[in-house]
Amino acid sequence: MSTPVVVTGIGVAAPNGLGAAEYWSATCRGKSGIGEVSRFDARGYPARLAGEVPGFAAEEHLPGRMIPQTDRMTQLALVAADWALADAGVRPKEWPEFDIAVVTASSSGGFEFGQHELQKLWSKGGRHVSAYQSFAWFYAVNTGQISIRNGLRGPSGVVISDQAGGLDAVAQARRQIRQGCALVVAGGVDASICSWGWVAQLTSGRLSTSDDPDRAYLPFDAAAAGHVPGEGGALVILETAGAAIKRGARIYGEIAGYGSTFDPRPGSGREPGLQRAIQLALDDAGLAPGEIDVVYADAAAVPELDRIEAAAIGAVFGVRGVPVTAPKTMTGRLCSGAASLDLVAALLSMRDGLIPPTTNTSPAPDYGLDLVLTDPRSLPVQAALVLARGYGGFNSAIALRRAGSAQLGKKDPG
Amino acid sequence: MITGIGVVAPGGIGVKDFWSLLSEGRTSTRRITFFDPAPFRSRVAAEVDFDPAEHGLGPQEIRRLDRAAQFAVVTAAEAVADSGLAASLDPYRTGVTVGSAVGATMALDREYCVVSDGGRLDLVDHAYAVPHLYDYFVPSSFVKEVAWLVGAEGPATMVSTGCTSGIDAVGYAAGLIREGSADVMVAGASDAPISPITVACFDAIKATTPRNDDPEHASRPFDRSRNGFVLGEGAAMFVLEEYEHARRRQAYAYAEIAGFATRCNAFHMTGLQADGREMSQAIRAALDEARMSPEEIDYVSAHGSGTKQNDRHETAAVKRSLGEHAYRTPMSGIKSMIGHSLGAIGSIEIAACALAIENNLLPPTANLHEPDPECDLDYVPLVAREWPTDAVLTIGSGFGGFQSAMVLRRPG
Repeated sequence: MSTPVVVTGIGVAAPNGLGAAEYWSATCRGKSGIGEVSRFDARGYPARLAGEVPGFAAEEHLPGRMIPQTDRMTQLALVAADWALADAGVRPKEWPEFDIAVVTASSSGGFEFGQHELQKLWSKGGRHVSAYQSFAWFYAVNTGQISIRNGLRGPSGVVISDQAGGLDAVAQARRQIRQGCALVVAGGVDASICSWGWVAQLTSGRLSTSDDPDRAYLPFDAAAAGHVPGEGGALVILETAGAAIKRGARIYGEIAGYGSTFDPRPGSGREPGLQRAIQLALDDAGLAPGEIDVVYADAAAVPELDRIEAAAIGAVFGVRGVPVTAPKTMTGRLCSGAASLDLVAALLSMRDGLIPPTTNTSPAPDYGLDLVLTDPRSLPVQAALVLARGYGGFNSAIALRRAGSAQLGKKDPG
Repeated sequence: MITGIGVVAPGGIGVKDFWSLLSEGRTSTRRITFFDPAPFRSRVAAEVDFDPAEHGLGPQEIRRLDRAAQFAVVTAAEAVADSGLAASLDPYRTGVTVGSAVGATMALDREYCVVSDGGRLDLVDHAYAVPHLYDYFVPSSFVKEVAWLVGAEGPATMVSTGCTSGIDAVGYAAGLIREGSADVMVAGASDAPISPITVACFDAIKATTPRNDDPEHASRPFDRSRNGFVLGEGAAMFVLEEYEHARRRQAYAYAEIAGFATRCNAFHMTGLQADGREMSQAIRAALDEARMSPEEIDYVSAHGSGTKQNDRHETAAVKRSLGEHAYRTPMSGIKSMIGHSLGAIGSIEIAACALAIENNLLPPTANLHEPDPECDLDYVPLVAREWPTDAVLTIGSGFGGFQSAMVLRRPG
């Protein structure tokens, strides 16, 4: 049995709440953060709704010199990292410098920053491009900046697998902990709500063109017609259960199992990989399907993808065999931030015995899912499963176990 | 175990031509031809003369795949063919890891210019977007292309840690095999960054060389006259195979990935401290994982970018970690010949290391006539060297503060 790796800190920047407490309260109340795009004038585009993080003023949280050299996604990530470390009661300066690492996911880098510099290049010439362009847009920037801001010199990394990256980063962090790194800041925080990023996302063919915030993103609904993009995400603090108990840290839950697969090439006639990812995560966790109390779905809201996900959940858990939820109907899909945010919601479900709703959706009965709708469901949650998929065929699943249940029970600090 | 290699490098497409270039100490740097470089400070690059159709890509693939994705697919195909595994891959037990620092930056630069009408439009025009723009937007599409090519359905990810991506992607993949998540990983890295936006941003921080009057000799790691790196492009992909899996089918193995580690300097997004402390930590950790002592290292493949600060930084790091043995160990930099292809180069250097072990021959550092007095190790100047080589250390350093080290060993 490998050393249990647990989450002891959470930092959130979400469209329906800045900070974990605000996000969780909004999510359980069914309060949405989806609205008309405000970061640029989207009226001329086929899709006009987004989940934007409200009321975030970077200068309130970060030194002034950081602002011109960072994209919005990095500003959100730096603040989420600060909150996660504080939540875990970790002051990095008191730790040996090589003991703490950072593993983040990205999906498309600092795209808004990149748009500004590309515009300078093409309209005014190369000499007008910012010196910060050499790093502010690239995919590794959040890890680098979090490392620098906090003096973290451990074995860090960056993974990219579209939405699945938010789980893949946490899984890589767990590997680093098992190989002896003491603490890892992990997860995804993303943003690319700028006209250039918008046009790129439109070509995926998966954006909803509805103007009604309550009807635009309807996963597992017969009327599903794409998703609403959003920005934000979450970072968590990982360490071994033993270390957490020793320093008296609060344990949100254990990263008990992980599975990752890739879909076969379209037209191959082979089965999609999501069900296998679920099975791998459960096996890795040593959990039977019946022990999972809630599944946080990927919830693509593209009929073909919804069908595949419903079939995978049905095959493992049975028809209406497990409560399923997708609170991302309140935030939109946050690129690499989405699954990290779901992971946080699942941990808080275990803490509070409360499953937040999938708002707005009226599930198509033939999917056979027990979707938690409209109101949160009170239910003791001992174990949860979080699913994420990325464009092209990435499938990832993480199984979480509650602190205080079976494996961690005797050692639970309270 | 590395049981297959594919390389696309400037001046050498395919493993054979790549190794000829390195062992003959030729350089492939030249004045930029992809666009008119006249407005830029640095006008030199190492470009690949690459025709995707010649390498089996169809018209639709050529449209859908950014140049870096094309490199990734072509090198993955070469690596899988080289390994002899093609027909017998188990999809569920085969994964993909592709490293890239800047993804589809060439396509994004080009397409931005169109949708913004040359930067005129603040709100870019979606009517002019190409259908595969999302594939350029998310560089993880490279992973998809490689997975489709080889039929992999196991764990698949892109690793993007700036200029250490090429080492980190292979290290990540080796880790997946070690933990039992896959038997075979098709892993490596690709970058094709020679576009105006990349040239402009490196101009802005004076990271690239302005030695425009002498492009063939512009990449000069460890030389007193060095004044910046030469931008390059390319890819290397490998078939990595679990030891028993390779042994059972009596596969030829180039090298074993014996140790890998990475650290962050938490100092500056682009700057390095002169003492090389974090890189030396990574080297020590990689040696520990390999259970090897510094004295067992026969050759060091340097990062050797040719910037003032890098070459001093890594010289210090190697001395700090290998001690006196650093002075007895040849260390060369192939960026002197093929430029710095950002995230890809780490994997291309791993390919060079595997071939150095196979051939007992060390590629030289080209253009090294007068070493910087602060760079006082044996950098194998100008001419390749026959050298018994059983174990190699390769190191890399990247924007964001990443410092990575990998130890490769002759298969036992």
